[in-house]
Amino acid sequence: MLDSIIFYFFAGVAILSAALMVTRRNAIHSAVFLITTLLATAGIFLQLRAEFLFIAQIILYVGGIMVLFVFVIMLVRLDVPLNHITFRFQKWVALFVAMALACEVGVMFWYVRRLPSAGLLTPPAPSPDKLPPNSEQFAKVLFSNYLLPFEIASVLLLVAMIGAVIMAKKRT
Amino acid sequence: MSPALHSMISFLQTWWVQLASGVLIVAVVPLIAGYVVLVERKLMADMQARLGPMRVGPHGLLQPIADALKLLIKEDIIPDDADKVIFWLAPVVSMTAALVSMGAVAFGPWFQVAKDINIGILFILGVSSLGLFGIVLGGWASNSHYALIGALRSTAQLVSYETAAGLAIISGLLLAGTLQIRSIVDAQQHYGVWFIFLAPVAFFIYLVASIAETNRAPFDLPEAESELVAGYMTEYSGFRWALYFLGEYANMIVVAAVATTLFLGGWLRPFPNVRWLNWLDLLPALFTAAVGVYCVYRAGKQPVRVQTLFMWAVAALCFLVALILAATLLVPLLQAARPGLLGAFWFMLKVGGYIYVFMWLRFTLPRYRFDQLMHLGWYLLIPLAIVNVFSVGMAMMLESEFGWNRWLALVVTMLFTLLAAAFLLHLNDKRTAAASSAAAETSDSYAG
Amino acid sequence: MHDETTQKQNTLLGADELVINMGPQHPSTHGVLRVKLKLDGERVIASECVIGYLHRGVEKIAENRTYQQFAPYVDRMDYVAAVSNGLGYCEAVEKLLNAEAPPRARVIRTILTELQRIASHLLWLGTHALDIGALTPLFYCMREREEILKIFEKYCGARLTTHAFRIGGLQYESYDTFEKDVERFCKDFERRIQEYVDLLTGNSIWIGRTRNVGVLSTEDCIALGASGPVLRASGLAWDVRKATPYAAYDQYKFEIPVGTKGDTYDRYIVRMEEMRQSRLICLQAIENIPAGPILGKVGKVLKPPPGEIHHCIESPKGILGYYIVSDGTTQPYRVRIRPPSFINLQAFDKMARGHLVADVVAIIGTLDIVLGEVDR
Repeated sequence: MLDSIIFYFFAGVAILSAALMVTRRNAIHSAVFLITTLLATAGIFLQLRAEFLFIAQIILYVGGIMVLFVFVIMLVRLDVPLNHITFRFQKWVALFVAMALACEVGVMFWYVRRLPSAGLLTPPAPSPDKLPPNSEQFAKVLFSNYLLPFEIASVLLLVAMIGAVIMAKKRT
Repeated sequence: MSPALHSMISFLQTWWVQLASGVLIVAVVPLIAGYVVLVERKLMADMQARLGPMRVGPHGLLQPIADALKLLIKEDIIPDDADKVIFWLAPVVSMTAALVSMGAVAFGPWFQVAKDINIGILFILGVSSLGLFGIVLGGWASNSHYALIGALRSTAQLVSYETAAGLAIISGLLLAGTLQIRSIVDAQQHYGVWFIFLAPVAFFIYLVASIAETNRAPFDLPEAESELVAGYMTEYSGFRWALYFLGEYANMIVVAAVATTLFLGGWLRPFPNVRWLNWLDLLPALFTAAVGVYCVYRAGKQPVRVQTLFMWAVAALCFLVALILAATLLVPLLQAARPGLLGAFWFMLKVGGYIYVFMWLRFTLPRYRFDQLMHLGWYLLIPLAIVNVFSVGMAMMLESEFGWNRWLALVVTMLFTLLAAAFLLHLNDKRTAAASSAAAETSDSYAG
Repeated sequence: MHDETTQKQNTLLGADELVINMGPQHPSTHGVLRVKLKLDGERVIASECVIGYLHRGVEKIAENRTYQQFAPYVDRMDYVAAVSNGLGYCEAVEKLLNAEAPPRARVIRTILTELQRIASHLLWLGTHALDIGALTPLFYCMREREEILKIFEKYCGARLTTHAFRIGGLQYESYDTFEKDVERFCKDFERRIQEYVDLLTGNSIWIGRTRNVGVLSTEDCIALGASGPVLRASGLAWDVRKATPYAAYDQYKFEIPVGTKGDTYDRYIVRMEEMRQSRLICLQAIENIPAGPILGKVGKVLKPPPGEIHHCIESPKGILGYYIVSDGTTQPYRVRIRPPSFINLQAFDKMARGHLVADVVAIIGTLDIVLGEVDR
């Protein structure tokens, strides 16, 4: 029962922040609400006992990607709101995409009714002693089954870093 | 009883200790941070041939309380064009990050709010890195060009040195084999020696990186007073500034706690496995009793009666703590309490020692210029940390796969790391020499 | 605390030029100095010093005071090294009067001036180190300076604006334990200098902040008229105490420290060595203070014959010159003071170009300016 309360709290915060994020005029406010959304999602991960994913979300998403976003917004002065919309058909495209998304979500809800416990979330019972440490499991799988994608991802990140350094050097 | 109430009660029954500790942390840590500020001021004064705060309370012991009261009643000034919500939010984020990361720190084998969290060290690292949002949002919300530049610089410095600190921590984690704080300290007990002796280069890198992470001298250019670019804290006055300031000191305690856990043996006494040094267990009680004796001695020299009584009270407190610590040794019934209480004492002592080194460096060294700071982080510390991770890994592999003696493997690989360090320093010297010999523009001084 | 005004620019990523203002109230400008810096990103491309905030019209006042009445005003120019100012003025007027201070007065003047040089350099060292971030040397320097100021207070009653000398010699006889105090201070001082050297000289952060910062070559120094440690650090061994000795300097043996590159680090080394040399001069001087009168025969009313005189001395900041024109009356016609800080400050623009903003503070500190002297 308490689990449900905690889950609905995190989920509510996530949805509310996401809604606020897309409706703010000021880019920094949006960024702050995005941070809140990500933190709430991380909270849900923690509730599901996926501790490594929780901290990875915080370190990488909030502590890395959001910092990058905020830096860019501040340096390029994107927080000054735009006064006019330049793309004329934006409203129609937005309407179309929103309706398509709503249809998808509705279809999903329809099909989910057939799943056990009506698809509502029931977190597993907490038994931390029985579960092996999260990061160890992660590492075992990552370095045995998924070694090749892991190495490819590392090389990709390295290439991106070198590319960024070279591009930054060219400016000066 | 309704199921909601039932589950809430069972939750409280299982987790009441953690909840209470959490509340205790939020209430007590700012006070402790305030007293760390007092210790710094007295230490600074001592190293500078003066006395420091002496008037408020005996020997200035009530100074933090006076400062906190003063800051609370100050006028709350918010710049006109500042974004009110973000302006309010920024110091809160900074302080919250420091306090939440304090939750995972284990002050002894019993005292940890987030008990046995799986990802211990990673949690502390990740959550304390959220503090930089407090800095960058604070600089932006001040609506001042220079506060923003100072905040961005500070953030860039933090991010760079976080990388180095993380890599240094990895070396320690390689030796421990786990992220759980309890298990790291148990590993050090199992090895019989603190990790600082097994991976001294990693400890040194972490020491330097943690000084930069908490924005302390010699890396405090973004918040220095005599520099041109004002720091992110400029527009904050009164208690908002106090939140930033206390957050910085709370961060210092967290960083010291991580270093203590990972490198200095956590709550273990020196030589934890050596039987014939078991008498070292008496040291906590003796030390506290000695402090109490000193307080009694000073109490006689106080000029005012109130101060004398105060010193007597402090002395009584010290004797009480000494009694409790000694009781765990001497009274067989309380043997079970021994690791907890003595461990907490050793932990605090080591954290105190680490913070003492922080303060000592602050008073001794001048400040790095920002470009020198970034150069040090990226060109010296990070490559050295990477080499160190590699060498510690090699040492462990040599021990497990090739059956080398553990100490031999570590010494050999550490020599390799030191060689790499010497090479990096040599490159650094060449670079500064090259920069200096770059011809300055020739301009005619006689020209009008 | 900070007073910074900027011109608005469009984006922070652009390479627009930016003019920022430092001072006149700023923790690091050592007085009321306003510095306008034109920046390209982080680098200084031009600068302008705005002075005059401390102008008190001292030279004009001199025209309406008798020679003895003007002597206390002179202390207030370089208030950090008041004794040197007094020495220069008194010797200049004595030259005008064709009088000479008796030997005893000259020796005591030398001792006090050298002590003042040490005190001035100590203050410079403490504040310069503080600007660069070293918090501790300031307090150590103040501790030493306190001893010197105690000696001054015992001698003439004042610590800062001493008015120690009179035209024609001294007014006060040296007090009983004068030699002992000076000797004790000098004996102790060697150990203290070693403390500063330990803290700063080999410190790689200090070297990194001061090496190649604010380089001024010898030609530039001569062209700009820079003098004192600034000139000596660039390689030229020019010291008025050796070139045209005054007071009792020709009796003592001392070296002139010289630098090589003319950067901030060299100026630091030169001033440290100057402190050591001053200490040696004091030790030599107190061994043999000649007996005799302390005030020469100059009379109560001073009416120097019409004429002009220029006399310069080596103050801790540089060449301090007095150009006095007398028209035969008891008040000078014109007193023109050549302030070393004012002329050294001209070099600031040359030194600051191409450096980062964080170096500007170090450059102002290394010039060792006192605004009282710059503005008069």
